[in-house]
Amino acid sequence: MGRFKVKKQDTFIDMTPMSDVMVLLLTFFMLTATFVKQEPIKVQTPGSVSEIKIPEKNLLTIFVNPQGKVFMTMDDPSRLTALAEEMISEGKLPTLNAAEMKAFANAPTFGAPLNLIKSWLDAPETQRNALLEDPSAGIPCDSVNDELSVWVKAARTTAGEGMGLAIKADQKTSYAVIKQVMNSLRGIEEDRYNLITDLKKVGD
Amino acid sequence: MAGSKQKKMNARVDFTPMVDMIMLLVTFFMLCTTLMKPQTMKITMPSNKENINEQNRSQIAESKAITILIGENRELYYFKGKPTEDNLKSTTYGKEGIRAVLMEANAAAQLRVKALKAKFDTQQSSDPKKALAAKQQYMAALDDIRNSDDTPSVIIKPSDKASYKDLIDVLDEMQICSIGKYVIDKFDGSDQAKIDRLNGK
Repeated sequence: MGRFKVKKQDTFIDMTPMSDVMVLLLTFFMLTATFVKQEPIKVQTPGSVSEIKIPEKNLLTIFVNPQGKVFMTMDDPSRLTALAEEMISEGKLPTLNAAEMKAFANAPTFGAPLNLIKSWLDAPETQRNALLEDPSAGIPCDSVNDELSVWVKAARTTAGEGMGLAIKADQKTSYAVIKQVMNSLRGIEEDRYNLITDLKKVGD
Repeated sequence: MAGSKQKKMNARVDFTPMVDMIMLLVTFFMLCTTLMKPQTMKITMPSNKENINEQNRSQIAESKAITILIGENRELYYFKGKPTEDNLKSTTYGKEGIRAVLMEANAAAQLRVKALKAKFDTQQSSDPKKALAAKQQYMAALDDIRNSDDTPSVIIKPSDKASYKDLIDVLDEMQICSIGKYVIDKFDGSDQAKIDRLNGK
């Protein structure tokens, strides 16, 4: 009987609403995304139950890797430029030329004894991060040669009172090194800082 | 004329490849944003200024003091009150060990924190302004309890052989047990001697 004719179904699905929603989501995530700065120092932070979020602007981060080497970074290239200028005007750093200044401002992390900074900046960009693994790298912060406090003090002068301090240390780092960093900060009356940790549930 | 007949065009465009690509991008951005937010712990170290140090020291009543010594290889020791010959005890990290000790010492404050938390949970409001005000009030009250007179004062002494994780774990216990008064102090030879004596060396 001709009445029971099967209606031909169209297998083509209209994707337009879906792509609309997807583009909306994509725009949202793109606008809210805050990209993590490249961190050449691999640090695995210990977990804690603390849920305080780290301040996002004007932050000076001190890295301590498992070998106890100390590195530093600031969140804004313009602040790094100001920091370098301050260090030069204090006579702690030799005068840097424009290319070295640019390299310093764009370095994701720096850490070298003051007398080696210039040669580190002169190295080609691709080698700079590899040089951070070098045994000579790291900011000295022992009681004999405390350059960390010089850096932090200069950063405080240029970035002002609002600057936050954070220590990001690896969980395997010996406390002896952390103690040196803390003592060095205590010496210049920087008593409040954040310890960066991973989130952990209250368990055992 | 049959030759000039126009062919009917299909106006529909296939969006599937575009959706595929956008899905990929959305996934990428989602992972980039949410997973990378680090947490922090706020810490205030005692200042180096002599006069402030004196003041702080006098605040710690010896009867309420608990000293935690962090040794190497995740060994943990504590004693209550004044250091004497034989009050040093060995303990472990986590729920059964140091947390039980601190919870017991801080039982009164713990009860108040629990009551406060229950009250805060009933105050949940959909109005963001009210919720924020309630949260601030809650945090202030929590701070008050943490720093009140009947909570113990904890002195943390990490040895040079302790790792950073050990220190963070102990600081974490302060947070869990609602102890507001704690200080990181120097680990000296007498502390090492006490540990050695306990271990029968």
